[in-house]
Amino acid sequence: MAQTSAIPLAHSLSLISNSRNFNPLSNTLSFPISNPQVRGLQIKCVRVGGVEIPNNKRVQYSLQYVHGIGRNNAKKILFDLNVENKITKDLSEEELISIRDEVSKYMIEGDLRRFNALAIRRLKEIQCYRGIRHIQGLPCRGQRTKNNCRTLKGKKIAIAGKKKAPR
Amino acid sequence: MSPRSIWKGGFVDAFLSKMKKNVEPLMNKKIWSRGSMILPEFVGSTVRVYNGKNFIRCKITEERVGHKFGEFAMTRKRKIARSNSAPVKRGGKK
Repeated sequence: MAQTSAIPLAHSLSLISNSRNFNPLSNTLSFPISNPQVRGLQIKCVRVGGVEIPNNKRVQYSLQYVHGIGRNNAKKILFDLNVENKITKDLSEEELISIRDEVSKYMIEGDLRRFNALAIRRLKEIQCYRGIRHIQGLPCRGQRTKNNCRTLKGKKIAIAGKKKAPR
Repeated sequence: MSPRSIWKGGFVDAFLSKMKKNVEPLMNKKIWSRGSMILPEFVGSTVRVYNGKNFIRCKITEERVGHKFGEFAMTRKRKIARSNSAPVKRGGKK
């Protein structure tokens, strides 16, 4: 869920970066896959693994905007390719292609989401303890639920007076 | 999941491992050993798993292999005050 919110964020980030650094340097950008004209500003993004990743960050960190690539995997990708950890927009064409190839080896984005959803659905179908906890929307790894576990239970309603009344 | 080493395999109670070869007596048997793993040999039979109070019927399907018996017999009652958790669920969807 956090990832879905991160994608538009990444987009806006890249837009901001371009509006700021609208100089000859950004014109040398080698990977304008999508550059539509919006209000006279050029939007240039790097696409890796079907997701736009922010331009104005170092590769190691901008790769983490892809769902399924975290700190470790991003480091590992750079290490495997012997790519310097530059700012994303400074990447050369070949480097970007190699990064794309490397990223496609991992299970990312839709595939990963589907894989996880399937695993959870299996648990629900066989009606085991973990599956039932998933159905109930409660943590399934033995955490306490007397308080906390707000990630799963949701936020606002807990504060409502309803819960206090029976106590 | 489990920290048990691979060469040992999953834990299976002695009385259950005796039944590996002949599964038939397992039918409708009461099982107290909730920590035992469900072996592929048990598929197709129905057992009754103890939850601390009474026995809960559990049909062993192929997908349940590798899980423990106890996972299919809840030890706790669901909260009767469903109204408490109902709004919680709505919050989860947001």
